Amino acid sequence: MSDILVSEQSAPGTGGSGRPSGRLLEVDDLRVEFRTRDGVAKVINGVTYHVDAGETLAVLGESGSGKSVTAQTIMGILDTPPGFVTGGQVRFHGKDMLRMSNEERRRIRGEGIAMIFQDALSALNPVFTVGFQIAEQFRVRRGMGRADAKKRAIEMLDQVKIPNAKSRFNNYPHQFSGGMRQRAMIAMSLALDPEVLIADEPTTALDVTVQAQIMDLLAELQRERQMGMILITHDLGVVADVADRIAVMYAGRIVEEADVYDLYAKPAHPYTMGLIDSIPRMDEKGQQLRTIKGLPPNLMNIPPGCPFNPRCPMAQPVCREKIPPLLQVGHARASACHFAEELVNRD
Amino acid sequence: MGRYLLRRLLQLVPVFIGTTFLIYALVWAVPGDPFAGKCGERRCPDQYIAFMTEKYHLDQNVFVQYANYMKNLLQGDFGQTFSQREISDIILTSYPNTLKLALVALAIEAVIGLGAGVLTGLRRNGFLDNLVLVSTLFLIALPVFVVGFVLQWLLGVQWGIIKPTVSSEMRLSELIVPGFVLGSASVAYIARVARTSIAENRRADYVRTAIAKGLPMRRVVGVHLLRNSLIPVVTLLGTDLGALMGGAIVTEGIFGINGIGRQVFRAIVTKESATVVGIVVVLVLVYLVMNLLVDLLYAALDPRIRYE
Repeated sequence: MSDILVSEQSAPGTGGSGRPSGRLLEVDDLRVEFRTRDGVAKVINGVTYHVDAGETLAVLGESGSGKSVTAQTIMGILDTPPGFVTGGQVRFHGKDMLRMSNEERRRIRGEGIAMIFQDALSALNPVFTVGFQIAEQFRVRRGMGRADAKKRAIEMLDQVKIPNAKSRFNNYPHQFSGGMRQRAMIAMSLALDPEVLIADEPTTALDVTVQAQIMDLLAELQRERQMGMILITHDLGVVADVADRIAVMYAGRIVEEADVYDLYAKPAHPYTMGLIDSIPRMDEKGQQLRTIKGLPPNLMNIPPGCPFNPRCPMAQPVCREKIPPLLQVGHARASACHFAEELVNRD
Repeated sequence: MGRYLLRRLLQLVPVFIGTTFLIYALVWAVPGDPFAGKCGERRCPDQYIAFMTEKYHLDQNVFVQYANYMKNLLQGDFGQTFSQREISDIILTSYPNTLKLALVALAIEAVIGLGAGVLTGLRRNGFLDNLVLVSTLFLIALPVFVVGFVLQWLLGVQWGIIKPTVSSEMRLSELIVPGFVLGSASVAYIARVARTSIAENRRADYVRTAIAKGLPMRRVVGVHLLRNSLIPVVTLLGTDLGALMGGAIVTEGIFGINGIGRQVFRAIVTKESATVVGIVVVLVLVYLVMNLLVDLLYAALDPRIRYE
C-alpha cells in the first residue's frame, strides 16, 4: 500500500526486542501518527500486544483510543496519508510485516490475517451479490472455477448459519438484514481459513439480541478453527464471555493487560476501574450511571506524564511528570500505572 | 422489470405527442410567407400556392394539420419538401453520417474522459492531475466552433496531418478529429465526474474490505472501485449520446459532413417546415429511447435501484 519506514525504537519494559518469539501475531511498540493540516496527532504511542492460535484477545477502549488504527496497521489498510507508521513492528510468524513487499503482504491478507468490520452494509460492495463477494475469494485467491467457488461460498454461508444459503447467494447486501449482513461478512473473511481474525467492533451496529447471536457465532467459529482472534470493542459486556485476555487501551497506549477473570476481579489501572464501575448494574436501578469524569486527551497535545492523570481520581505529582511504563504486576498481567502494585494488592 | 419497461414505454406516448405537437405548432407558426422565395425572384403562381395549401392543409387550423401529419407519419410517410423531395429520403441519407460521428465522439469521450478521470482520481494533486484539471477547464471554456476551426486550421491546413474536410465516404480515420471536436466539452466533463467519483469511492469502506481480502490492486480498482464509480459517468455518457445523435450543426458545418444537424439547419433557413418537423420528430424519438436505455443501464449497474 505505502512505503513505510520503520525506525528502531522501543519503549522501556515493553519488550521491543525485535527478535522472533514463536508468537503467531505480535504488535511490538507500534507507533502511528496522523499528519493533518492542523498538526500531528499521535494516535498510537507504543502499542504492544500479541495473540496466539486458539486464543481471543479483546482490545478495549473508548473511541479514539487507537484500537481500530492498530488493527488497520496490522492489515495494512491504514489511510496513508494522513496515517504514518513511525516506529515498531507487526510480526506475523516472527516476520515483520511492515518490512515486507506489497505483494508478500497482500498474500497474508485474507489467508493469514482476515478482518471483519463494524458496519457490514458499507463494508460490503453494494453492487455485487453477497455470493459473488464470497466466491471471489475462492476464484481469485484459490484459482477455482465459477461452479466450485459458488459451491464453497454456499458452504461458507451455511457455516455462518444463514438460512436458505443457496437462494441467498444471489442477494445483494441491501437485501440482507443487519445481522445477516454481518454473518455474510464473517463468511467472507473466513473463506480462506485465516490463522488470525481481527473483528473490529463486529456487533456495534446491531440490535442487542442480534449482538449476542453474532458474538456466539464468532466464539464458536474461533473455537472450531483454533484461530487467534483480536476482538476490538468498547463494550465490556461483550468481552466477558468471549475473550481469554483483555488489553485496555487509552490515548494510543496499552494501560492494562490481564486475564478476563483477573481484570474484572481486580483491575490494576484506575482507568479500567472506571470502565468497570460505569457498567450499568441491575442492583443500582434508579440511580445515575457512573462515568469517568473528563474527556480523553487531545491526541495532538497529550498531557505530560501519564496521559490519564487529568481524569484520574488517584493522581499524584509523579503522574504529571513520568509516563508509567507497562510493567508486569503479579502473575501474567501488566499495568501502566505508577501505583499498580498497590491496586493489585488491595483487599 | 417487465412491468417497469412497459410503463416507461407507455409514458413515452404522451411525451412524444406533446413534444411533436409543440414543434409542429411552433414551426408552422414562424411568421413569414412559406412561399416567399420559393419560386425565384417572382411571386409563386396562384396555382402552385393553391396546390401546396391543399397538400399541407395550410388553410385549416393547426390541430387538424397536426392530426393529418401524425396520421401520415404513423404510416411511415414523412411528407415531401416544397420541391417534392421525400423527407424520409433526406433523413435516411444524412442520419447514418450523424450516427457515425456521434459514435466516434462517444468512444473518444469514454476512452479519454474515463481514462483521464480514473488516473487522476487515483492520484490526486500530482502533475497529471493538475494537467488534466487545467486542460479540461480549457476545453470547457472554449466554444466548439473555436476548437473546431483551430484544429481544422492547425492539423488540416498548417501541418497537413488530416484532410480539412471529411469525404462523403465518412472513413473512421477522417472522423477522429471531428469526433474529438464534437465531444471536446463532454470529454472534459466526463473526466471531471469520473475523477471525483473515483476519488470519493477510493476511501469507501468496501474498497478497504476488498484490500483486506487480499485481492490484487488491479482487481480492487478495476472491479470493486470502477464498477461503483461508473454509475454517474454512464449517466452522463448516456444523456450525452442522446444529445450527440441530435446532430451537430457546428461540427458538421466546419468539417463539411452531410449530417442531420446540417440538414435541419438548412431546412430552418429555407423555411422547409415539413423537413424541420420530420427531422425533429425523429430526434425526439431517438432522445426518448436513449433516455430509457440509460435508465435501464443505471439499474443494471446499481442493483439498489429497484424498479417496481
